[in-house]
Amino acid sequence: MKLSTSEKAGKLTIAIGGELDHHGAREAARRIEETIEASVPRDCVIDLRELRFMDSSGIAIILRVYKRLNAIGGRLTVENVPEQPMRVLDASGIDRMIDINAMQTEKPV
Amino acid sequence: MKEQNCVKMEFPSRSVNEGYARAAVAAFASQLDMTLTELGDVKTAVSEAVTNAIVHAYPEGLGTVSLRVRILEGDVLEVQVKDKGRGIEDVEKAREPLFTTGGEDRSGMGFTIMESFMDSLRVKSKPGSGTSVTMRKKVARRTAGR
Repeated sequence: MKLSTSEKAGKLTIAIGGELDHHGAREAARRIEETIEASVPRDCVIDLRELRFMDSSGIAIILRVYKRLNAIGGRLTVENVPEQPMRVLDASGIDRMIDINAMQTEKPV
Repeated sequence: MKEQNCVKMEFPSRSVNEGYARAAVAAFASQLDMTLTELGDVKTAVSEAVTNAIVHAYPEGLGTVSLRVRILEGDVLEVQVKDKGRGIEDVEKAREPLFTTGGEDRSGMGFTIMESFMDSLRVKSKPGSGTSVTMRKKVARRTAGR
């Protein structure tokens, strides 16, 4: 699991890459929460462009970020979601609460 | 259903083995002519089942997780994940969407994902002696006459 964050004009971008499962989830959640506490963003984007695999541990993380942002009046979108993570998010039904957008062009494998 | 091939493995319930387990199943399953989407679904279901065993079976320490993968007649992949841990008191309840005893770290969607990504899911559990999860998926033939 790889995590990087950047901030520009009140918008926090959290990029998660590699494989996101239970093994890396606790560390990811901790680092993401620290970043949100420090920057208190109005808008937050979770960018999954480089994510190769995600299971339901990813759903828990996205829900946590969503709740934290709600508490501080911020807004969350999830962008560039590849096919496998998208199937997991679809099965969870959280797209009814959170704005989730699939990756436009699939990279050749 | 007649077995055509089989692989078995055992590993300690360390979370680092979650990635190994799904990669190993995917490597074995590649004997079947799966699409990337089907393979992704199998990896996801394996990840959920193995994570359940690692998170819930042995809360006091490490235990053994057993994984058996079989290819059955008619292009059916079967994955069984077994532990000898504390077991599940109420399997019906555990299978309900969003039910979890794992707190904010877990989504409670594990069994729901296994059910929707595989064709069948059987959960057997006995409190105090362990749990087994058996999942099957039929792989659609893409080329005729092989």
